[in-house]
Amino acid sequence: MQPLKQHRGIVAPLDRANVDTDAIIPKQFLKRIERSGFGRFLFYDWRFDENGNPDPSFVLNQPEYQNSSILLTRKNFGCGSSREHAPWALNDFGIRVVIAPSFADIFYNNCFKNGMLPVKLSEEQVETLFERARKQTGYQLTVDLEEQRVYDDSGLSYSFAIDSYRRYCLLEGLDDIGITLQSEAKIAAYERNLPAFYSAKL
Amino acid sequence: MKPRTMFEKIWERHVIEQQEGKPAILYIDLHLIHEVTSPQAFEGLRMAGRKVRRPDLTIATMDHNVPTTDRRLPITDPIAKKQMETLAKNCEEFGIPLFDLHHERQGIVHVIGPELGLTVPGKTIVCGDSHTSTHGAFGALAFGIGTSEVEHVLATQCLQQLKPKTMRVHFRGNLPPGVTAKDAILALIAEIGTDGATGHVIEYTGETIRNMSMEERMTVCNMSIEAGARAGMIAPDETTFSYLRGRPFAPSGEAFERAVEEWKQLCTDEGAVFDSYVEIDAGKIAPQVTWGTSPGMGTDITQCVPDPASFATETEQKAARLALEYMGLTPGVPISEIKIDRVFIGSCTNSRIEDLRAAARVVKGYKVAPHVHAMVVPGSQLVKQQAEAEGLDKIFTQAGFEWREAGCSMCLAMNPDTLKPGERCASTSNRNFEGRQGRGGRTHLVSPTMAAAAAIAGHFVDVREWKYRDQEDGIYATT
Repeated sequence: MQPLKQHRGIVAPLDRANVDTDAIIPKQFLKRIERSGFGRFLFYDWRFDENGNPDPSFVLNQPEYQNSSILLTRKNFGCGSSREHAPWALNDFGIRVVIAPSFADIFYNNCFKNGMLPVKLSEEQVETLFERARKQTGYQLTVDLEEQRVYDDSGLSYSFAIDSYRRYCLLEGLDDIGITLQSEAKIAAYERNLPAFYSAKL
Repeated sequence: MKPRTMFEKIWERHVIEQQEGKPAILYIDLHLIHEVTSPQAFEGLRMAGRKVRRPDLTIATMDHNVPTTDRRLPITDPIAKKQMETLAKNCEEFGIPLFDLHHERQGIVHVIGPELGLTVPGKTIVCGDSHTSTHGAFGALAFGIGTSEVEHVLATQCLQQLKPKTMRVHFRGNLPPGVTAKDAILALIAEIGTDGATGHVIEYTGETIRNMSMEERMTVCNMSIEAGARAGMIAPDETTFSYLRGRPFAPSGEAFERAVEEWKQLCTDEGAVFDSYVEIDAGKIAPQVTWGTSPGMGTDITQCVPDPASFATETEQKAARLALEYMGLTPGVPISEIKIDRVFIGSCTNSRIEDLRAAARVVKGYKVAPHVHAMVVPGSQLVKQQAEAEGLDKIFTQAGFEWREAGCSMCLAMNPDTLKPGERCASTSNRNFEGRQGRGGRTHLVSPTMAAAAAIAGHFVDVREWKYRDQEDGIYATT
């Protein structure tokens, strides 16, 4: 996994609450068996009309946000389905950081598995960022995971909270399967006491 | 010893390792997989040269994108076909039991787990699907995971998990006649919101829950995720044990009785403390209908489409405005005047035998309204066989419903079962998100009886006033 220590990028404001993973990546694109290439389907039903033509009013279709890499949005982002295709699509589009007042649990967790950082700020702080992003074309933020801080070039600076272990894994880009396998002896010991009927053989 | 919740007992029993400042390494007793969220996980294993640690604790089925029409016909969607073939190939390569498209026990992953007796109290159960919370109805700790975690469980049979918080949702009293488990959970979500239980595992308690069948409890736990919860759980009792007795993968004979004694110990101790508490007066719940594009945007059948201005915050007002625009609804219109084009009875929320019985009882002796296209999709092949043995399929087809093969179908519309733009559907599924049942499709979440009644009337009706025609002697009864 790619580590993420510090990230600077253009902020794309998506002013909606409860954006669900069906909206992030509609189901017709979940049939693919690869992990990559989902970026062109990101927010598909909002980005493109019935004939596949881009809707110029959608934020990611506007020229100033073509190269955005930080998504700013409202509460409960990523609710609904567990599909990891949602962070895959965001990542493939180029989004590395999502800032919102709150996230749905599974989406939040899935981000870290893909080297992406979901940042929780207060409703008021998010509102301020929306105002700045609206006023200033190409508004940029720097997200510093080491310092747990989000700041811009004109003095705004917010600190954010994050679980220390998640922070550590993302800073180091750790493979967590490898970490779990270090507990092999304990796993094997536990398995010796599993009820026999748990083992399902057809 | 400090009193513990059921969640804490199951959690603690499964912690392999807990180091200071790190997530717990949690053992997983049952891993359910399906065609959509597993291919990239198997690919990851192959790239790292890893094996599946416990194929015997892993069960696969095909459900999300399977066609629900005649299974003898070839699959027309080449990408869906490839995904199903990939699952079959992966299961063969790694030795995982698979209920494929043609298996007599194929079905929706959250329907077959319980009906095969794979889901039992005290297990930790995961699946790359958010509705894994369904299995909590048995007193199991069951939750949805992403594909990276699917790979993690395949490789290690464990997960790294931060301990969630606990919430007790207490349903006081009993549901009135004609009000169902679906209405209870929709009412809860409308009350606490789709992020009301984020970060929590819910335990549902109260007389309402105790009096529910396993099918009803599964409906409640299924939609825990729609309240944002990590999982939903219900303490096991005699209802649970009698459901499990004799199921293929449940223990049998004396082993079953021994297991029951252990399962009884799982219940939350008197005096155990939860992180938060919610109480709902079950007696005040009426049949629910959602009007918006989030499961929390719901009201009851006696109400009207709300005015966005009536919501407290600007964010909520905007969300309601966007939702009504998408749904093509006007504030103030009575819910019962909303006309529908389609009816879908199915999904991991409401496709079990009891759901089909309840819907069939409403439908019996009636015809689907001429402008409505209605379909029933049983949750599994076993549910389908049972329903056919009881003659339910005939009741549905004589009324004008389509009777389909088992699968997720129009709950998420990955297969050919989809709404057309602008079509309005009364659906027994779990999500009314924009485009969920097809681009531009408009979904109203309801119970199976409300969906059945809407199919007949052509618009939403209060099923509590339904004139049943299921009496042989021609006496019509309500509820």
